[in-house]
Amino acid sequence: MRTTIPIGPYHPLLEEPELFRVVVEGERIVDIDWRTSWNHRGIEKIAESKTYEQALFLVERICGICSTSHPIAFCNAVEDLADIEIPDRAKYIRTIVAELERIHSHLLWLGLAGHYIGYHTVWMWAWRYREPICELFEIISGNRQSYAMMKIGGVRQDIKEETIPIIMKTINELEPKIHMFADAILDDPVMLARLRNVGKLSKEDAINWCTVGPVARSAGVDIDIRRDYPYASYDRVEWKVITQVDGDVLAVAVVRLLEILESIKIIRQCLEKMPPGPLQVEVPEIPVGEGIGVEEAPRGECFHYVQSDGTNCPYRLKIRAPSYVNIPCFRSRFIGERISDILLILASVDPCYCCTNRTIKIDNGKVKSTMTDKDLLELSWKETEQLREHYKGYPGGGLLE
Amino acid sequence: MSDNHKLTDMSRWGLKKSPWAFHLSTGSCNNCDIELLDALTPRFDVERFGILLVGSPRHADILFVTGIVTVQALPRLIHVYNQIAKPCLVIALGTCACTGGIFDGSYHQIGPVDKIIPVDVYIPGCPPKPEAIISGVVKALAKI
Repeated sequence: MRTTIPIGPYHPLLEEPELFRVVVEGERIVDIDWRTSWNHRGIEKIAESKTYEQALFLVERICGICSTSHPIAFCNAVEDLADIEIPDRAKYIRTIVAELERIHSHLLWLGLAGHYIGYHTVWMWAWRYREPICELFEIISGNRQSYAMMKIGGVRQDIKEETIPIIMKTINELEPKIHMFADAILDDPVMLARLRNVGKLSKEDAINWCTVGPVARSAGVDIDIRRDYPYASYDRVEWKVITQVDGDVLAVAVVRLLEILESIKIIRQCLEKMPPGPLQVEVPEIPVGEGIGVEEAPRGECFHYVQSDGTNCPYRLKIRAPSYVNIPCFRSRFIGERISDILLILASVDPCYCCTNRTIKIDNGKVKSTMTDKDLLELSWKETEQLREHYKGYPGGGLLE
Repeated sequence: MSDNHKLTDMSRWGLKKSPWAFHLSTGSCNNCDIELLDALTPRFDVERFGILLVGSPRHADILFVTGIVTVQALPRLIHVYNQIAKPCLVIALGTCACTGGIFDGSYHQIGPVDKIIPVDVYIPGCPPKPEAIISGVVKALAKI
């Protein structure tokens, strides 16, 4: 007998709202479907009413965890559009901030993965090691999250000479801890038994489902935007792309742990090689045209497309965030697994639902892909009216006007 | 504390000791959510004061709301608010929940939170630091 289990939209283990409908037969999963848009904020539309400088702060708030990946991708897109070459020092600073973010994001994921399997020691450890990185961000940029370091044509703030030893000290202290952590996880028979052969993704499936980032690399697909389409200063430092072959949850964890060590290596080289010089170049008037920018976010390829009509606001901004691309592979990873593995496999792609919320219109079973501004507005008004009608009796329902 | 919840000495005493919190994201960017979790981890560790994140609104004394309240999240926010045992404290966490922040004017926004449900404490910041969150909770408890 088939049963549908809803997971979400507000599930105790999910930090963000998302609905997964899992169809099971007994203990085995036979199908999965997912719904989004509880977090849809209409960022692409709001961006059209902001100037390029303001839009930078907006794209920073697409996702709090990748809050430097989206600005870098947006800057890359606008710099591609206006043909701007940024100064060398800015390139190194961008790399350092992006790699520090990767460390904090991967540690955050490890902690949450521990939380999902009920191993709270791992959660507390990982988040404790993450805390010095957040403090570094506060020293460098003044904010623990959403650093506002990026600027079209360079970076907004310098990494000062007196900050460099602090960064060195922090990453030097972090490195043995990550080694210890990796050994503790990979030698722990409980963890191995829990993670190995769960949610397997073959290399063919990883390619066919168009996965990106650590999920693809864990299945043996050797892709990394930092090496394949280098931006910032990744082509000037020595590092390697981490790949595994198994494609299970353990492989994803290994890829993320080893990537932290690679990030530490990159930061160390950048701090040594960083040349003195200006932080930004003067930005000319943005010409008519279009530009694309890519960035390897902690979760995979982050893609921004900017179209300009010659004014100071983008005419169109299109964002393709990595989590959205990675989620469809659940169909091949889930089917045949047990109910108890659901959340672990969900966690393995490190889905960040803030990035994944879209609007789509379905008319008589056919997908109507294009929606004009007017359609969206009318739909929004209509829904608000319906909601007002429906929630008249509830507390605060009358306050909606 | 909104006027429609009359506080007796008993409920005041019950609410003050080890308040349990439920966290609801209604269209946030994740930042406030991870900073809230951060307050639970070893550096700040609010669990030592008995503050705990719980999985069900029925167990909670404090409701943390983050995000701009999107059209799709609105019914859930009202549903969750109705499920919480009253009296409860509602805390709007982050600039988005307080005013709408950078997303103000979005076609998918219905909030901010205080348009929908009564809010006791506002914690602004994008995102607020864990220290700010702890200070907000302390202020909320002082109101009781």
